[in-house]
Amino acid sequence: MSDTTTIMAPREARPTAASPPETAITVTGVSKTYGDGRSAVLALDDVSVDIAAGEFMCLLGASGCGKSTLLNLIAGLYHVTDGTIDTAGRRSALMFQEPALFPWLTAAANVELALTLRGWSRRNARERALDLLARVRLDGFASKRPHELSGGMRQRVALARALAQDADILLMDEPFGALDAMTRDLLHDELERVWSDTGLTVVFVTHNVREAVRLGDRIAVLTSRPGRVARIYDVPLERPRRIESVEVTEITAAVTARLREEVARHGR
Amino acid sequence: MAVETPPRAASVEDDVLDTEIAGLDALEIPRSEKSSLRSRLWGGTWPKLIAIGLVLSSWQAVVWSGWRPPYLLPGPVEVFETLFDAAATATFWQAILITMQRAAVGFALAIVIGTVIGFAVSRSKVLRSGVGSLITGLQSMPSIAWFPLAILLFRLSETAILFVVVIGAAPSIANGLITGIDHIPPLWMRAGKVLGARGFAAFRHIVLPGAMPGYVAGLKQGWAFAWRSLMAGELLVIIANRPSVGALLQFNRDQSDAAGLLAMMVVILAIGIAVDTVFGAADRAIRARRGLVDTAA
Repeated sequence: MSDTTTIMAPREARPTAASPPETAITVTGVSKTYGDGRSAVLALDDVSVDIAAGEFMCLLGASGCGKSTLLNLIAGLYHVTDGTIDTAGRRSALMFQEPALFPWLTAAANVELALTLRGWSRRNARERALDLLARVRLDGFASKRPHELSGGMRQRVALARALAQDADILLMDEPFGALDAMTRDLLHDELERVWSDTGLTVVFVTHNVREAVRLGDRIAVLTSRPGRVARIYDVPLERPRRIESVEVTEITAAVTARLREEVARHGR
Repeated sequence: MAVETPPRAASVEDDVLDTEIAGLDALEIPRSEKSSLRSRLWGGTWPKLIAIGLVLSSWQAVVWSGWRPPYLLPGPVEVFETLFDAAATATFWQAILITMQRAAVGFALAIVIGTVIGFAVSRSKVLRSGVGSLITGLQSMPSIAWFPLAILLFRLSETAILFVVVIGAAPSIANGLITGIDHIPPLWMRAGKVLGARGFAAFRHIVLPGAMPGYVAGLKQGWAFAWRSLMAGELLVIIANRPSVGALLQFNRDQSDAAGLLAMMVVILAIGIAVDTVFGAADRAIRARRGLVDTAA
């Protein structure tokens, strides 16, 4: 994983991390084609990117840029057409845009299932599930079923369930896309806190520039049809960040300008 | 696993965030007002009482109209008196016991066979195109049409009845399970896969509970078919010294005992409704759990 052609810009190490951080995910020359023959669609074209251990990486792009495809490839749910993805044996958990909770299970039982499927005993799983729900401030709602919770709360249960997988990499596919703005802002704060407490490597897919700037250590902007990495931005802002801060707004403006150029290219 | 640092000491920002999140949770949690058990029971009971009252009074009205003489079509009072008299005899209860045993054994066997077939068909493309429409065809076949063959194969025996009960109920159960599995949102399956559910664990934790609403609907329909097949069977296959609800019905007809005949029909109807109520309650509980019951209404 050392001889990859990286296209990442030089970045400053996170202030908390020691120098130079290990690479957690090495994506090298990855292409993905859906279908075959004349109906084949090239979703990703020769994408290379390195993501450091403990890093918060945002994949940003308009529709059709293959950002979710890349996430599913890293998760191992899809197979690459060309190229390699190396996570050096690290395991990954995946969160969807929908909470994807099982409606017949309580909040606690949804989290427990992730543990018992990995061989935990019932009793230990119960205890650990309650700990994880407390981490996302939902310990008071352990016995509620998904339909009794709000959208934001369901997504937090999904986060607790993802944490229960005890993975090193957390892959998030527009997890807050369906939430109202106020809930989303609070969940950004929540996620940032969980991430800095756990030291997870996070790959976060979004089409919301401000969200990417609010959360990411780095932002990979992807082009559309086919998806390629157009540019990688560093976000050298201190944490905890505020989404309404001047610094976040400034960087958002710069990245948005680049993204609009990319979108306009398809209108000509 | 990722390095899990102990939670940082709570800062002022943490406290503010906690309070904000708790506030939003309190505002967003849907409120549900549960009515008391008594008012719910009463709410479910009074429409049924009115329906029964309407049926009984129309029945009485037809009797009073003199359309048929009372020895052919007795009124409800006479029929219920006959029923209470019959309920004092041992034969009556023995008949119900034997009938219910047959129903239980046949339905249980149908559940096992229907579930295995349904699961196999839902998993395999070949089986689905081959057997899928055959199951629906079997389902629409009147169970009484199986009896001549069953009697040829098994003579007038318990096995003949069992055979027809199973073949009447199993297709509905299989179809219910197939429909239930087909209607599982693909996202649940993907979520299960991400969590590491494979093979039997995936079936037990995701496929079966996910398919439960369709499966229960299939069981409910399967029961209706089993009960019908059983009644048809007991009319045709009468075994000496084995009284049954169907045999008593046939016996009363042979005796031209109209009141006794109608009394047995009331019993058949009551048992059918009672079992159906159990399935209805199970179905409602499952939907309520999943938030599929409109509590605002």
